[in-house]
Amino acid sequence: MESLREIETSRITDAVRDLFIQASNNLGEDVLEALKSALTREESRRARAAVVEMIENITLARKELIPICQDTGLAVLFIELGQDVHVIGGSFTDAVQEGVRRAYDEGYLRKSLCDPLTRKNTGDNTPAVIHTEIVPGDRIRIRALPKGGGSENMSVSRMLVPSAGLEGIKNLVTETVRQAGPNACPPVIVGVGIGGTLEKSAILAKRALARPLDPDFQTDENLRELERELLDRINDLGIGPQGYGGRVTALAVHVEVTACHISSLPVTVNLQCHAARHREAVL
Amino acid sequence: MKNNRNIVMRTPTSEESRKRLRVGDRVLLTGTVITGRDVAHRKLCEAIAEGRKLPFALEDAVIFYAAPTPTPPGRVIGSIGPTTSGRMDRYTPTLIEKGLRVMIGKGRRSGEVREAMARHNAVYLGAPGGVAALLALKVSSARVIAYEEDGPEAIMELKVIELPLLVINDCKGGDLYETVEGGPFVEKFS
Repeated sequence: MESLREIETSRITDAVRDLFIQASNNLGEDVLEALKSALTREESRRARAAVVEMIENITLARKELIPICQDTGLAVLFIELGQDVHVIGGSFTDAVQEGVRRAYDEGYLRKSLCDPLTRKNTGDNTPAVIHTEIVPGDRIRIRALPKGGGSENMSVSRMLVPSAGLEGIKNLVTETVRQAGPNACPPVIVGVGIGGTLEKSAILAKRALARPLDPDFQTDENLRELERELLDRINDLGIGPQGYGGRVTALAVHVEVTACHISSLPVTVNLQCHAARHREAVL
Repeated sequence: MKNNRNIVMRTPTSEESRKRLRVGDRVLLTGTVITGRDVAHRKLCEAIAEGRKLPFALEDAVIFYAAPTPTPPGRVIGSIGPTTSGRMDRYTPTLIEKGLRVMIGKGRRSGEVREAMARHNAVYLGAPGGVAALLALKVSSARVIAYEEDGPEAIMELKVIELPLLVINDCKGGDLYETVEGGPFVEKFS
């Protein structure tokens, strides 16, 4: 038998804790650069002022170590667990949840989870939503996304018919952003999951939001072209920063695709506000 | 942008000052605002329906749809910013009938809310979303006044200094978002 690499659950807890605190207070350079680029394209005083405010807010939050947005989100994690890792010292899932609990407590982050029926707050921002994939290797890759409710509420999963085709997909994406308007805190990042089943398309769309804002990240030529076209169509909507009107309604569109049943065409459009927080660590 | 005026307002706001506001005006609001969102709105309307006393006076009140992050040591308040106002639409006409006159949030309001605003000379002001570290600097004091059991959804009384806002819906039925979405704005810039 090949040797396993041992990783203590306490290391997983610490990593998860740090990721959510860092993500909440220190927005990634990719989003900051995208906002600076948006500023060069905006013309109206109102749109420019809205983007300047966003940039100032990011700088202030970094300096003061406070959250950039009061909605510090539902904790979503994408974890790639190497099959040659042996997790020791307790339950892997409990360790992740404990990391989330500690981040939201020790980091002064808002606890934004409640029972869906009684609406009673769970008190510690758990349970987090954890997507775990077993992969080759002896590492654990953890990606943390504190996901805000405003943009999540405007997201859509739809089972299109195959005859709707590419045009049907494009219309669903632009229509979702149009309907969301100011509610999703534009400029948004649009995650699009195409194919799989109902839930697979949603997971793909969410995972697309964990991607860095880099047009070259997409290696598939056709998908890169699709992302570019969708971004142009969305920015022609004129919704603009904060929905106050402007050229930049979305900073990026990220598309992920997987095969689906011959009778279906599942599509999920997951919206992410301009406070696009994501952080990753490898153990 | 013919309406780009800067207007300084204090709470309680007078009917006259609200009637002068037009869609697109920038407002710097100073004074007392009350935070409340989903659960607080449900509870306030239940109290009204059952004839119970409310935890604050609705007469000429300003409600900010917001729930801040916990206050770190040495600070007045955590990060604070608007949540999506539309979720409060179901409760809002009742609160306007009872005296609510200024709402602060983000996103579109329903026809019913806009009609109630026009009837009572109430206004809806937009606060910038997702810039909650900056907005926290505008708060000089904060205290929980009701529903502490609801954690972040508790009702708070805030003192704010020059909170930067934008008129989304004025007393005349105007709507900022309708002036920018789709139509005229796109033609102008593309």
